[in-house]
Amino acid sequence: MADRGQDTRFPGMFPSGNVRSMRIGLFVTCLTDTLYPETGKAVVTLLERLGHRVDFPAGQACCGQMHFNTGYRREAARMARGLAAAFRGHEAVVTPSASCAAMIREYYPALAGETGDAGFARDVAELAPRVHDLATFLTDVIGVTDVGAYFPHKVTYHPTCHSLRMMRVGDAPYRLLKAVRGLDLVDLPDATTCCGFGGTFSLKNPDISAAMCADKVAAIRQSRAEVVTAGDNSCLMHIGGALSRLRAGVRAMHLAEILASTGDAGAATGGTP
Amino acid sequence: MTTPAGATPAPNGSMPTYLGMPSFPSAARTAVADSQLRRNLTHATTAIRAKRANVVRELDDWEELRQAGKAIKEHTLANLDTYLLRLEESVTSAGGHVHWARDAAEANAIAIDLIKRKNADKAVKSKSMTTQEAGLNEALAQNGIQAIETDLAELIVQLGDDLPSHILVPAIHKNRAEIGDLFRRTISEAPGDLADDPPSLTATARAHLRGEFLDAKVGISGANFAVADTGSLVVVESEGNGRMCLTLPDTLISFVGIEKIIPSWRDLEVFLALLPRSSTAERMNPYTTIWSGVANADGPREFHLILLDNGRTATLADETGRQALRCIRCSACLNVCPVYERAGGHAYGSPYPGPIGAILSPQLRGMTSPADASLPFASSLCGACYEVCPVAINIPEALVHLRARAVQSQPHYPERIFFSLAASILSSPGRMAFAQRLGSLAGSAVARRKGRIRRLPPPLSAWTDTRDAPAPPPESFRAWWSRTRGGAR
Ligand code: SF4
Repeated sequence: MADRGQDTRFPGMFPSGNVRSMRIGLFVTCLTDTLYPETGKAVVTLLERLGHRVDFPAGQACCGQMHFNTGYRREAARMARGLAAAFRGHEAVVTPSASCAAMIREYYPALAGETGDAGFARDVAELAPRVHDLATFLTDVIGVTDVGAYFPHKVTYHPTCHSLRMMRVGDAPYRLLKAVRGLDLVDLPDATTCCGFGGTFSLKNPDISAAMCADKVAAIRQSRAEVVTAGDNSCLMHIGGALSRLRAGVRAMHLAEILASTGDAGAATGGTP
Repeated sequence: MTTPAGATPAPNGSMPTYLGMPSFPSAARTAVADSQLRRNLTHATTAIRAKRANVVRELDDWEELRQAGKAIKEHTLANLDTYLLRLEESVTSAGGHVHWARDAAEANAIAIDLIKRKNADKAVKSKSMTTQEAGLNEALAQNGIQAIETDLAELIVQLGDDLPSHILVPAIHKNRAEIGDLFRRTISEAPGDLADDPPSLTATARAHLRGEFLDAKVGISGANFAVADTGSLVVVESEGNGRMCLTLPDTLISFVGIEKIIPSWRDLEVFLALLPRSSTAERMNPYTTIWSGVANADGPREFHLILLDNGRTATLADETGRQALRCIRCSACLNVCPVYERAGGHAYGSPYPGPIGAILSPQLRGMTSPADASLPFASSLCGACYEVCPVAINIPEALVHLRARAVQSQPHYPERIFFSLAASILSSPGRMAFAQRLGSLAGSAVARRKGRIRRLPPPLSAWTDTRDAPAPPPESFRAWWSRTRGGAR
């Protein structure tokens, strides 16, 4: 593993501060693991390129958000207990889903409390403050905005609701995207309006969900972007699924894949969701 | 006077209006297809949303105000028994009469009895959500008493034999052309060539209502706040019709939910800053009427305060759900809600629509009907409502909490089986890896076009009706990791 101080491929991309190499636990999320492995690989590529060591604890499964948000709290608690145990001893846990990160930070403490399981509560107390979504981990924890990426495309960014209102990522994704070479970042009209995914909402209220998505798609078309990106594959699965159904010729792609792309390995041809 | 509301809580209240509504998803399905409704709502909510954001941005201490509003309400709700008795005492000593109503039926019966004793066959009403909740107009009609709505939007709803669809603007689902049409049909004072511009429409309503105000023996109102220390009731409004209802008739009857109480005058200051900016996006509303009991020289000779429980004490018992009782009915959460904007207010099947309705109605009424059990699910959990709520009600948190209650009280067995199966797979890395391998095999068989699935069987068809689904990739991330990194560390 290259020490980041000696890496000369990406001059100027490291902050002046002396950030040591971290051992980072990757929480890939069940959705990305199962349906979007390219995003997980991109996170690994990116963090290693920045000089850190990435672990993938094999004991991890799902954070339980779908169950929790649909009212199946007991089942969610079971999943949460397993996940919290899987990440014991990591100084930082990074996930390519702001929504799953928010689930852990905001709702795990209450969930652990409900079970009355002291070990679970201890694991949660240790894990919750160390969980970061990828964008703010890069900008705030490592302190880097230029990650040495190259992505020569017109891109628009959709701020997902949980990244915006629960994880409060603010302008971190925009700063990261602006630093990508070749990338033309264009404004998304009504960017902060929900895309209509909402987990099982997309199945329980499919008409409203589709109506919301139609407006999001219209805004994306209006931006004239060729790629729409976000920090969550769940919302991208929804938006990308509608774009694909409409043969819109716009692809949905996770932020991690753009940031990992350097052009030399043909990474710019990705675009999983 | 019957028992204090706190003594014998009704298990849940009754809210007779809108009964028989279909559950949210099917009501919403009809609404999203109504192009006129969609346009009216988008137009109205977009305008008010931007205005609210501007007037809120003007205040540097908005967040402190919001936290103060939350803290005052939390404190009052935690000591509701004390403050209710204090309110009763101060209203009574100011010459008013206090009545306690456990539910809507009791409240309506009290009002009907009072009106009959005055030998009145009609009453003018200012805008009141609590009387909507109680279904007062219908109850009055059954007793031969005509309720005359004097708020412009409520009048539009009443004349059109319609239902309100917004807390602040009950006729938000109608546009000017539709209202002009309605007035020409239903108001005798309307000129034949009545134009659709707001001044002409307002002038017509005014001409129609003026005589009613001067005639009325009884006025009916709600209240935005009830100050325990002084027994003062507060109505905040824009049109001035409320003030006429509150001052002209000899007898005034006010329907007030027990959660509307605040301890003292000082507390009112906070809410008079929060409410207008959040609701009408004004720095200050045009009319604020405050009265304490009766006065000799002015206003009504007789004042009756009906304090309504109707499921509120039952709501208070739920630690997470009770935050809904902080609501000051500003409607900011409706205006920013992407679901409300597309479904409209009627889909929520209650006078309380939008995000607040989704957490309040199922608690006030209880979740015994499929329609009420569907309300906590009528949200994508985007959190826009929480962000604007002037009393910081964490609506997403309450929604998720009530979903768990809904799953208990209205179980859907096929779904429950699916979720326990899913839980057993998703909680075990081994079972997940196995399912992923099966998925990869199946995925390669069903993906018709470049990793896309066009059609899935029910219930997943709800997804593929409008969206393609991704086909499982040949290899999961987990499998890739263990293949390339020699097993997980
Ligand atoms: S819940 Fe909050 S935002 Fe919604 S109406 Fe009540 S006070 Fe206003």
